[in-house]
Amino acid sequence: MNDMQTMTAETRLSNDAAPKMTARDVSVYYGAKKAIDCVSIDVSQEHVTAFIGPSGCGKSTFLRTLNRMNDTIANARVDGAIELDGENIYAPSMDVVQLRARVGMVFQKPNPFPKSIYENVAYGPRIHGLAAGRSEMDAIVEQSLKRAGLWEEVKDRLQESGTALSGGQQQRLCIARAIAVEPEVILMDEPCSALDPIATAKIEELIHELRGRYAIVIVTHNMQQAARVSQRTAFFHLGNLVEYGETSEIFTNPRVERTKDYITGRYG
Amino acid sequence: MATTTGHTIKAFDQDLNQLRANIAEMGGLAEAAIADSMRALVRRDPDAARIVIENDAKLDALEVEVERLAVQIIALRAPMADDLREVVAALKIAGLVERIGDYAKNIAKRVHAIEGSSELRPLSLLPEMARITGEMVHMVLDAFVQRDSKKAVEVCERDRAVDDFYNSLFRTLLTFMMEDPQNITAATHLLFVAKNLERIGDHATNVAEMVYFAATGTHLGERERGEDPVGLS
Repeated sequence: MNDMQTMTAETRLSNDAAPKMTARDVSVYYGAKKAIDCVSIDVSQEHVTAFIGPSGCGKSTFLRTLNRMNDTIANARVDGAIELDGENIYAPSMDVVQLRARVGMVFQKPNPFPKSIYENVAYGPRIHGLAAGRSEMDAIVEQSLKRAGLWEEVKDRLQESGTALSGGQQQRLCIARAIAVEPEVILMDEPCSALDPIATAKIEELIHELRGRYAIVIVTHNMQQAARVSQRTAFFHLGNLVEYGETSEIFTNPRVERTKDYITGRYG
Repeated sequence: MATTTGHTIKAFDQDLNQLRANIAEMGGLAEAAIADSMRALVRRDPDAARIVIENDAKLDALEVEVERLAVQIIALRAPMADDLREVVAALKIAGLVERIGDYAKNIAKRVHAIEGSSELRPLSLLPEMARITGEMVHMVLDAFVQRDSKKAVEVCERDRAVDDFYNSLFRTLLTFMMEDPQNITAATHLLFVAKNLERIGDHATNVAEMVYFAATGTHLGERERGEDPVGLS
């Protein structure tokens, strides 16, 4: 019997050799209110995983449990087990700062520091002591900006302020900032909802290029975006994980009525 | 399978309903064309045959309309899951039903060709074969509108009866031709008529396969077939 069969949600996936992250029976409470109810899911290294669902379904809340962003909310409590490469991330011995370097995050609104483009990317490697000198740091900044597809646009003005860039460029700068500390997982919380279609397409292309190097989990309201960028899709509803499967299957032949009603636009 | 609740965007439901209505109308026209062409053949009525031939233009026009609407729905509504499968199925079904109309038209065209020939005994078997194929077309389009996969499977099973009919007619017509070479021209036309009906049965079966796919999301497995139509090996 494999792990998949113990999951409560309708899950139809080929088993991965070893999932990058696993969540088992995870519940999240805000005070007395249960926001996430007993969610079990595997996140794979090779695939982009999309979380979809209506507002308030818990998808962002759940995403934040994966790098303990919920720790910053005073009355939030997480039950269950979440592991990164088999290591319990809620264990007392876990260094949260280190965890968030390994599991990076990109937010809905681009939030570059009010510093230069260079400093935005160099900040993480510096506090984590990843660069031995100026030239190593230059190399990290260049490589991160290249991977984020921004290098060609900013290489001649690295000292300009990050906040002076366009929205789409700012978001790619935030992705470069996340990449700079060599994370293993990148969480994206509606990374394109503040961007125009062209900037969105660039981010989507970037996600495609980053796939495989990092495990990527993206929360999106835009179902077409989930269909375009992910290989696996998880549908959340009212704090439950309803269905999790191959994206191509979820969007052409979902097995659960609630999933179907949501993705075909019959919800509510 | 039919979903009871409508879409949040009502115009989407209207588009899908219009698509279903167009397909249903095509089915009705094709069914009538089969029956009318056979009646014209049995009665040797060239005027009735001409009406069948003229009416085929309506089917062609509806097929174009279904294509236009389906492409519009895909572009503007971005249908997903069962909606997407239904639109794709509608596109293919429209093409198949249009071909069914062409076969009926071809039967009507042969009415003129057998004019003046003597009594054609095998002709008596054709109306029953036409009745079964017409029923298949009727059933399969009901199944489409109702998203009824069971009914679609029933249609596939019926195709065996049509194939049996064809095999039996093939032998009968061959015997008829051997009895008297003067029968060959008329008998050959009847053989084509039988072949047309056999093809209509196959197309109805293909429609049934699309209906099954639209309703369930899976493809109908390779079903057990009846004896293959003769003359193929």
